[in-house]
Amino acid sequence: MLFWTIIKVALKSLFTNKLRTFLAMLGIIIGVGAVISMLALGAGAQKRVMERIASMGINLLVIHPGQRGFRGVMSGTSQRLKLADAKAILEQVPGVYQVAPVVRGNSQLKYFNKNTRSNVIGSSITYLPVRNFQIEKGRSFTEGEVKRMARIAIIGPMTSENLFEETSPVGETIKIKGINFSIIGITKAKGSRGRHNPDDQVIIPYTTAMKQLFGLDYLHEIDIQAADNATLNRVQEEIKVLLGRRHRLAEGVPDDFHIHNQAEIVETASEVSRTFTILLGCIAGISLLVGGIGIMNIMLVTVTERTREIGVRKAIGAKNRDILLQFLIEAIVLSALGGIIGVVLGIGAAQMIAKWTQFLTFTKFSTILLALSFSAAVGIFFGYYPARRAALLDPIEALRYE
Amino acid sequence: MIIQTQSLIKTYRLGESQVLALNGIDFQVEEGEIVAIRGSSGSGKSTLMHILGCLDRPDSGIYILAGEDVSKLSSNRLAEIRNRNIGFVFQNFNLLPRLNALENVELPLLYAGASEAKDRAKDALKIVGLEARIHHEPAQLSGGELQRASIARAIVTDPDIILADEPTGNLDTKTGEEIMAIFKQLNAHGRTIIIVTHESAVANRCRRQIHIRDGKIINQQGRE
Repeated sequence: MLFWTIIKVALKSLFTNKLRTFLAMLGIIIGVGAVISMLALGAGAQKRVMERIASMGINLLVIHPGQRGFRGVMSGTSQRLKLADAKAILEQVPGVYQVAPVVRGNSQLKYFNKNTRSNVIGSSITYLPVRNFQIEKGRSFTEGEVKRMARIAIIGPMTSENLFEETSPVGETIKIKGINFSIIGITKAKGSRGRHNPDDQVIIPYTTAMKQLFGLDYLHEIDIQAADNATLNRVQEEIKVLLGRRHRLAEGVPDDFHIHNQAEIVETASEVSRTFTILLGCIAGISLLVGGIGIMNIMLVTVTERTREIGVRKAIGAKNRDILLQFLIEAIVLSALGGIIGVVLGIGAAQMIAKWTQFLTFTKFSTILLALSFSAAVGIFFGYYPARRAALLDPIEALRYE
Repeated sequence: MIIQTQSLIKTYRLGESQVLALNGIDFQVEEGEIVAIRGSSGSGKSTLMHILGCLDRPDSGIYILAGEDVSKLSSNRLAEIRNRNIGFVFQNFNLLPRLNALENVELPLLYAGASEAKDRAKDALKIVGLEARIHHEPAQLSGGELQRASIARAIVTDPDIILADEPTGNLDTKTGEEIMAIFKQLNAHGRTIIIVTHESAVANRCRRQIHIRDGKIINQQGRE
């Protein structure tokens, strides 16, 4: 019935006591602001991790020679991954979509008087799609060029900048370990990923790399793209069996290779960011709870201050329920108002974090809804006790109250 | 008969001792009467007013208001009775500070869920001669205006009785006269009014006076 009147009266009384209202809301404002910005930070971290993993390639399995060592130390021979293994995997394991054999080395690059060190990757034409690289300018190499060991190279944008600065490198010739390579393309920037910078590398045909540049008869890595995510684990198992047979490993002997599964990386990464988000959310939630206690405190003061008003309202016919509702609505208005201000501040804080630090933040609409409904719930929970106290006041006592 | 009470008894516990506030009150009020209840402080007149106003229940005895026995109703039902059948006028006006005169007068109608609350509130304010100041808040009104507004609030629901507790107690003599004139005028239009007072000047303007001492009616005057 007088729902709007109650809200109007509530807002009016909140406005007459601006400082007190603000202080009462401060806890909720900080709490909601913390929830919004912390969850935005968590969601941003998750998003960035997922983007980075996706930029490494989709449905990816990576085989390295040697055992997965204790604390990252490889043991066993590292020369047993052969080109024939890569071919066998492509031909014999169902669910494998593309395979790229990889050799790598760190070499001196030279263009006239400029030189730089960079990662040189020898691989097939499938390397770019498997590793999710795109060509920014120029072209990729062809099957024929790989077969005839063409001296051609695709370089990363950072390598290009190091050697050519602003000018286009496509068509130019550089020296890798003294051998001339002509540049046919440049890859699109992915952004630095720390140790292995995908923007600072040179990709050449594996044939050229193995025979002419490094003199190798084994591979450093085999990259495999599975047809779909669901079969990734099964494909991994079958490759394990196949390679074990090809390398004639006896029963009980540990594998002389290991397979990185992208799904595992994704799982670990999202597990970490989920824990991170829950932790941040808990801290923020506690501050929201503290904010609720602030609301309860101020509502108790309000009820005492307005005892006479309650008496008058009862005398002219307000039922207990009407009084309860009135003070409950005031508490909810107080906390919801705090919640709205908190959301605005939280989004602002998230954007500032994104602007001034390297963290990415991402505010989900569901988070805003969650924070707002949680703050309203805090209002109901902590407003109920004071409102009930108001509702149960004896009208005669209340009218006498000075 | 709008009010009829039979041997109302009310006791209070005051620390260790029991105080007998009302000790068997029997009286009647006819529709259209204006009655003064007189008595010194501690006589029990406030307690009687609380019971007549349905703010409190008697320990024993019967109170029939407008044909309904209200002496044993639940507090929710009593709230409805207060809203519908009784209009209160207080010594210290008791208007809500953050609402203007119109909103204050509207309030009982809003609790009743009545329609056209605004128009009816304006009409009530017109009757007490406050139509020019309906948008003023209590802090901007004089004592006389405050009491007019609270009389408007008392009559807005068209109650069976108006219960005024020392309505002139906080006003100067001239303003008090004006307020009493309004009560007389309302009474002339058929309203039943009960005024609780200790001032003989006020009581003498009522056709009937009831004296209370030690929780008992000791004297009734002016009953034809």
